[in-house]
Parts: sequence; structure tokens; C-alpha cells
Amino acid sequence: MGEFFRLNLPYLLGGISVGGQYALIAIGYTMVYGILRLINFAHGDIFTVAGFVMVYLSATMPLTVSLPLTVLITVVLGYLVERAAYRPLRDAPRMSIMISAIGVSYLLQNLMWYVTGGLAKQYPTIPFISGSVTIFSATTKMVTVITPFLTLALVVLLVRLIGGTKIGMAMRAVSKDFETARLMGIKIDRVISVTFVIGSFLAAVGSILYFTNYTAVTPTVGAMPGLKAFVAAVFGGIGSIPGAVIGAFIIGIAENIIKAVGLTTFSDAFTFALLIIVLVFRPTGLFGEAVNDKV
Amino acid sequence: MKKFLAALMILTLVLPLVSLGEPATAGTIVIGIYEPASGDNGAGGKQETLGIRYAHSLQPTVELSDGVYEIKLVEVDNQSSTDKAPSAAQQLVSEGASIVLGSYGSSVSIAAADIFDAAGLVAIGVSCTNPQVTLGNPLYYRICFLDPFQGTVLASYAKDAFGVKKAYTLAQLGNDYDVGLVNYFTKAAEAAGLEVLGETFPEGTSDFTAYLTKAQNEGAEVIFSPTSTTYAAQIITQAAANGLSIPILAGDTWDSSVILNAAKGTDIKVNVTTFFDEGDTSEKAVAFVKGFKEWVNSSPEYLAANGGNDIIAAVTALGFDAYMTALEALKAADSGDREDIAEVMPSVTYEGVTGAIAFDENGDALRDQAFIKASDNAAENWTFVKVQGIESN
Repeated sequence: MGEFFRLNLPYLLGGISVGGQYALIAIGYTMVYGILRLINFAHGDIFTVAGFVMVYLSATMPLTVSLPLTVLITVVLGYLVERAAYRPLRDAPRMSIMISAIGVSYLLQNLMWYVTGGLAKQYPTIPFISGSVTIFSATTKMVTVITPFLTLALVVLLVRLIGGTKIGMAMRAVSKDFETARLMGIKIDRVISVTFVIGSFLAAVGSILYFTNYTAVTPTVGAMPGLKAFVAAVFGGIGSIPGAVIGAFIIGIAENIIKAVGLTTFSDAFTFALLIIVLVFRPTGLFGEAVNDKV
Repeated sequence: MKKFLAALMILTLVLPLVSLGEPATAGTIVIGIYEPASGDNGAGGKQETLGIRYAHSLQPTVELSDGVYEIKLVEVDNQSSTDKAPSAAQQLVSEGASIVLGSYGSSVSIAAADIFDAAGLVAIGVSCTNPQVTLGNPLYYRICFLDPFQGTVLASYAKDAFGVKKAYTLAQLGNDYDVGLVNYFTKAAEAAGLEVLGETFPEGTSDFTAYLTKAQNEGAEVIFSPTSTTYAAQIITQAAANGLSIPILAGDTWDSSVILNAAKGTDIKVNVTTFFDEGDTSEKAVAFVKGFKEWVNSSPEYLAANGGNDIIAAVTALGFDAYMTALEALKAADSGDREDIAEVMPSVTYEGVTGAIAFDENGDALRDQAFIKASDNAAENWTFVKVQGIESN
């Protein structure tokens, strides 16, 4: 038993860590979906931009400045994307906004190609969380251990924000009924902006954790984690925050278990097969019916 | 106003003609550079292109019997991607290239071979080591060694240097270079009595901890992972973070400052086979090393393309030799005509900085030895280990 544990602990640790990073991205998807009924395809690219911003800022500034500045710039970017590409289409058919989102995603990707010249950039080392730590017999980066705890702490904060503040109440109202909320005097544009700000903030934190672990930043690196986070959001029941988090952890751990048993080639296929199965047999996901959690 | 504008436009059209004055050369010959400048292999492609550009800066003209021709380099970016590659290759054909150099990365070379072939255009592969590049493509030549050779050399070295019994191989799924080289390594290693466990990862993977854990749990004593440098950096940093102590072997792709950068300050031992060693003492190599370092330090743009330092990658030396070989071909054909070049190509030879270059009936360079280098993680440099042939000793 001890031997089994020693051999498989690294897989489990890796799975939990990856799951935590997926979770932070998945929340962004699920919140925007809950309010706008929009799948924000550009979310994965905002995550990548945060990585590049950090690479460039840290080259000239100390970490104490570059870290908060990265988060700030990412949040502003998320806000601007909403302002420029989604708000003008507020009353357009939903499909138009979806197409606009795909457009933003490609625009960001190609801008990154242009700015970076397409080469992988090495993410800066952040002291403490980049350090190595030994748990039982497995050696891993500190960030692997921190990620799940930080993720859970942020989620608890978020749930309290939505459940216990005025803006949270407004969010819940908007997600229940867009039109009525507007009639009742809720400033929809403001609520939606706040949603994007929160989503981008979490993407920025997720990006810092992710790239500390996997240090190469390329323009398309956000595509895969973005897609998997989206699957996690659907799996957990799109619109539900706890659902997205649990879905993300399940996918992260399951992927690593599949790799552990030797089916490495199929680990991605598994994630997307899961998406199809969930959509066919349980379109509302694990927690989709629990409407009271909807943002 | 309109008249003034019209006059201005005519002037802009005519001026370039005037400023040329009498032509100093008999004409221009276009050499196409078919290399990735972005994507997974972008870093290596840029270093290879630097070698070609440096060679061009030394010899920007070629003397044929009817006068001196200016050489114009046309660069296209195949983006390391087999679906973008054909259009990049087509662009070189329509730009009127007389001969093409490249590419770094065998997959994109294979993807472009048919297009060059249809246009009757000779291509000289610089560092594409997969046999499929020249096999069945009569107009594709190459100046580097091949993967069956490289894989065998690496297997012999794994056995000789580390005395290992079990090896773990890691390749990117669907990448001709990775999968091919791993295949030849596995064959040679198994023939030499080693046990080999192989795994593949899908494109876009960034989490390699599961693979590395597997290698460790299965008791592998050496990891062979000839992946592109983007993945290589991830593999090295994660191996270091997970406290892995198994040496990593790789092919020519890993002879890059990206690898040194990733391995810096870690305990990971990296060994690579390659085409050229900076410490080579032959006269040509010494002159090349000195000249190239001066040239690359002369411009921040070159320095950035070389990865921010002046360490010479083997592919840069090969790029240099490829350009010089192309000049030899032009001289032998005594024209920039594609058909003439195709005719003389099989008999072209050149004494390059990476050794003598001559082609066999497939269009492959005749080479029988490879350099083995190890990473020095403190000095962030390569140290030369030995010259290894196929024979295990």
C-alpha cells in the first residue's frame, strides 16, 4: 500500500494542481454564461495575454510591482473586450455575440503572434511558489500545493460576494431574468462589467499559477486549458460556480489517472468524449438544476 | 492638385529606375529560404536562417561565365506547421527562386517536397533528418545526417556512456521527426539488448509531470525525448521541479540555447547529438566561429533571433554550409535556371565548416559521425563529449 501510494502520489498532486488552474478559468466561463448566456471564447486568450504581460513586465520591474500590474492590465483588458465587442451587440441575436467572441479570440491570438514573433517565452521565476517542496516522497513545485487552496479560498470569497452583497444580488437578478432586472432599475451594463472584471481577475491569477508550473508561454498555449475549462464548466453545469470548480478538479485528476495507467495518447480524447457524453445524457451537468447557485 | 499628385506618382515610379543607374551586376538570382520563424520550431528556424544570412553577408554575389550575379534572399515563414507549409513553399516558387534552402523540421520539408518537385525546383534540406524528406523526392537534397544514423548513434551512446538497461522514450504524437527518431532509437537500442518503454503526448501539452513520473516509476535509467524546443523547455524544468535524476538524451533539435536556458542551475544532465561543435579546431570552423560571433553581436536583431546570446547552434553552421553549397551548385550549373541546377546537383561537393559535403543517390549527404555534447548547467554552455559513430565501443 505504501509503495502504491509513493508511486502514484505525483499523478494525484499533478491532477489536483491542474484541476485548480482549470477551475479558475472555468469560473470565468460559467459566470459570463450565467449572466449573458454567452460562451466567451476569448477567455482562454485573456489568460494567455496575462502570461505574456507578466513576461514583459517582469523583465523591467520587480515582482512586487509586476504581479499586481499584470492582474490589473488583465482586468482592464477583460473590461475593454466586453465594452468594445459585446456591449454594442447587447440587443442583437445571441449568435452575433458568439461570433463576435470567436472574432475577439482570434484577434487576440494573432496580436500575440505579431507582438512576440511567435516564439515561446520563458515565464519568470516567482520566489517561494516556484520553489521545490517534498511531500512524503514526491518532489514538486510549491505552486502545485498552493493552487487548490488558493482556488478554494477565492471560490468561497466569490460565493459570499454573490450571496451577500448588493452587486451579487444584482448579478443573481440579472441571470434570472435579464429584461425584468433591467425594468426594475438594475444597471445591467455595470453588472455585466463587474462580471467580466471578476472573470478576468481569476484568469490572471490562474495564469500566474499555471505558467509558474509550465513555464513556456506561446500565443496558443491558452487554447487547450481554455477548452478544457469550458468542458469543466459544462460538466459541472454551466452557470453554476461550485459545479465549475468540482468539474475542473474531476477533469484534472481524471486526465492524470489516464496518463498513469499508460493511455497517455487518449488523455485529451477523454476530456472531449466526456463533453459529448454529458451533453447527450445530462445536458444540465452535475449541478445545472440547482438554480439558486446560478450567477 | 490632381496634376501634382499624378506627377508625384510618376516620379515615385521612375525614380527607383534612375537611382539604380547602370547595373553593376549581370542580374539577380533568388535563393529561397524556407524556414519556420514562428511556432514550435521557430527558435531553431531563426538560428538556421541566421547562418544563411551570415553566409550571404560574406558572399552576396556569385560569378558565372556571363557576369557577376547578385544573390537575393527571399524568406518565407512555414510556421512549423504542415498545413501552413504548402502555401509558404508555393510563395517561393512564384517568387522565382532558383534554389531553396530548408527547412528546420522534417515534417514541413516533407509537406513542401511535392510543390518544389512540381516546379522543378531543387531544395537543399539543412537540418531535416527524417529519411522521408529525400526518399522519392529526386529534387530534395540534404546536407545533414539522417535519423536512422542518429538514432543508432544515440542508442550506442546510451549504452556506452551510461551503461543503462532500460530507456524511456517520449515523442510528440504525429510529429514525423520525433516519432521517426524514437523509432530508430528503439530499434537500435533493442538490438543492443536494452529495454525500451515508449510514450507519446498530444500537440499543445504543457503538463509533463505524469510522463516523467512514469519514467521514474518504471525504473528507466535514461530518457530519450527528441521533441521540439518548446516542449523540451517544459520537460527540463518539470524534471528539475520533480527532482528527477535520470539523464535526458535528445537529437539535434535540442542543440539550442533554449535548452541551456531551461537547464540552467538545475541538476538535469542533458546530452545531445549534433552536427557541429563550437570548439572544433579545423581552420574553417575557427574562422566561422569568430566571424559569426562578430556578425551576430553587431546587431540586436540578430542577437535576439539567436536567443539573446552568441552561442552558435549547430543548425547555424549547417545553414552557412547550405548557402555555400547552393553557390557551388549555381557555379556548376553556370546559370540560375532551375533545370540546369537540377542536372548538376548530384555531383556538387563542398568542403564546409561541418565537414565534407557530397550526395549519395538519394540526395542525402554522406556522413558517418556525429558530435555528442553535454549541457554545463552552471556555465550555461555546451561541453564537447566525443565524436560518436554507429559502432558501440
